[in-house]
Amino acid sequence: MIKVHIDLNLCQSHGECVAIAPDLFQLDENDFISWQEEVDDSRRADLEAAVNTCPMTAIRIEG
Amino acid sequence: MRLVIVGASLSGLRAAQAARRAGHEGELIVIGAEPHLPYTRPPLSKELLQGKQEIEDSALPVDELDVQWRLGTEATGLDRTRRRVRLQNGGEEHYDRLIIATGCRARRFDGPGAHLDGVHTLRTLEDAVALRAALASTRRLLVVGAGFIGCEVAASARSLGVEVTMVDIASHPLVPFGPALGKRWAQMHRDHGVELRLGPGLEALYGDTGSERVAGARLSDGTSVEADTVLIALGATLNTEWLTGSGLELDPGVACDPTLTSTRDPEILAAGDIASVPAALAGGARVRVEHWTTAAEHGQLAGRNALVAHDERTAHTAPPYFWTDQYDAKIQALGCPALAEHSELLELSPDGGRFVAACVQGRLVVGVVAVNAARRLAWYRRALQTPRPLTELKEALAQEDATLGSPVGAMP
Repeated sequence: MIKVHIDLNLCQSHGECVAIAPDLFQLDENDFISWQEEVDDSRRADLEAAVNTCPMTAIRIEG
Repeated sequence: MRLVIVGASLSGLRAAQAARRAGHEGELIVIGAEPHLPYTRPPLSKELLQGKQEIEDSALPVDELDVQWRLGTEATGLDRTRRRVRLQNGGEEHYDRLIIATGCRARRFDGPGAHLDGVHTLRTLEDAVALRAALASTRRLLVVGAGFIGCEVAASARSLGVEVTMVDIASHPLVPFGPALGKRWAQMHRDHGVELRLGPGLEALYGDTGSERVAGARLSDGTSVEADTVLIALGATLNTEWLTGSGLELDPGVACDPTLTSTRDPEILAAGDIASVPAALAGGARVRVEHWTTAAEHGQLAGRNALVAHDERTAHTAPPYFWTDQYDAKIQALGCPALAEHSELLELSPDGGRFVAACVQGRLVVGVVAVNAARRLAWYRRALQTPRPLTELKEALAQEDATLGSPVGAMP
């Protein structure tokens, strides 16, 4: 499993991650981010794309 | 295989990371004109200028990439026959595959008074540090150019209590968001106390007699603006001089096919601001996109594509995404709103503070602009993965139950 961290001090709700993997990342009605904190290894490519496309470099993955 | 990347900003870094992730085990050389490891530029005009972030916060995580960094040296020439990049420090780098990501620099004002103290541009970390220091003792800032950098700096300066005059020859600020919303952006700046002068251009800067310090500007309509600090925000100039005589097609960016491969040399790819790439939204014409996300996406793709033969490379298809933060508005856009003939409001929150507008050319939606509506923009991004007519987009929207609200009446 891959652990996903988002630094909420950095996140500005651009929604890049939501566009890449809408099943793993969501914005609520107030544009606050929520996400799946443990993700199967098969989704590594999506997670790496989210990490590398986040304009605030707020996403970090581990494992 | 020896992979050389020229350009050590966002695109160059993402290319290096992608190449390593895709299994590149050979040498990896990244050449950068600036003395720094890669950093992210968006905070320079906002958080850094406002004092909410420090210099080190803009550093991009570099990981353990096993890169040979050649920093603080510009590429000065490209010899494709010998496959070598010539460097300012006299050295050369041999490549098997080359990724060009040298981007842009700030365009300068070259009229009278351009040399005066107190005249700034904003592109690099040093620029931002110098401007931040200047704003601390500025009474009135003159911003020349009401594009992204100009408007963001104007907003940052207002938040610091600095008086701001902003001039632009265009009829409204933020041209890339399209013509229809321009009045709204103009009003936003005026509401926050910016003196906005639309129409006249900058003729000359002047100092007080006997002083080398800027004191004001003369505009093309004959009027003057007093200012003790001036930001020239007239867009960007491509860093392509070093490619002159290389035989690469420059249009004036590096002309590429959809896989970011140079039209003249399959061993050479380009990424970011400098890459001129065919775009579906522009009817297949090549466009250059000077925005953060495209630079990140191009870099990732170029890094992977550089490792394989030309016919195995994949195309870049994502429409542009870009944003700006000014005062309390996050303005986000997809596609090419500047191509639009008109805009149509699709969603509006009951309080009027959040909305989404479609930017339309002919029947086709060529762009979407959203204000304080990030969640909704993600929906449009999925809905507009391929260009669609407005009627079709509206039908899809009618099936959605989580919109901001129905727009009533004219544009906000």
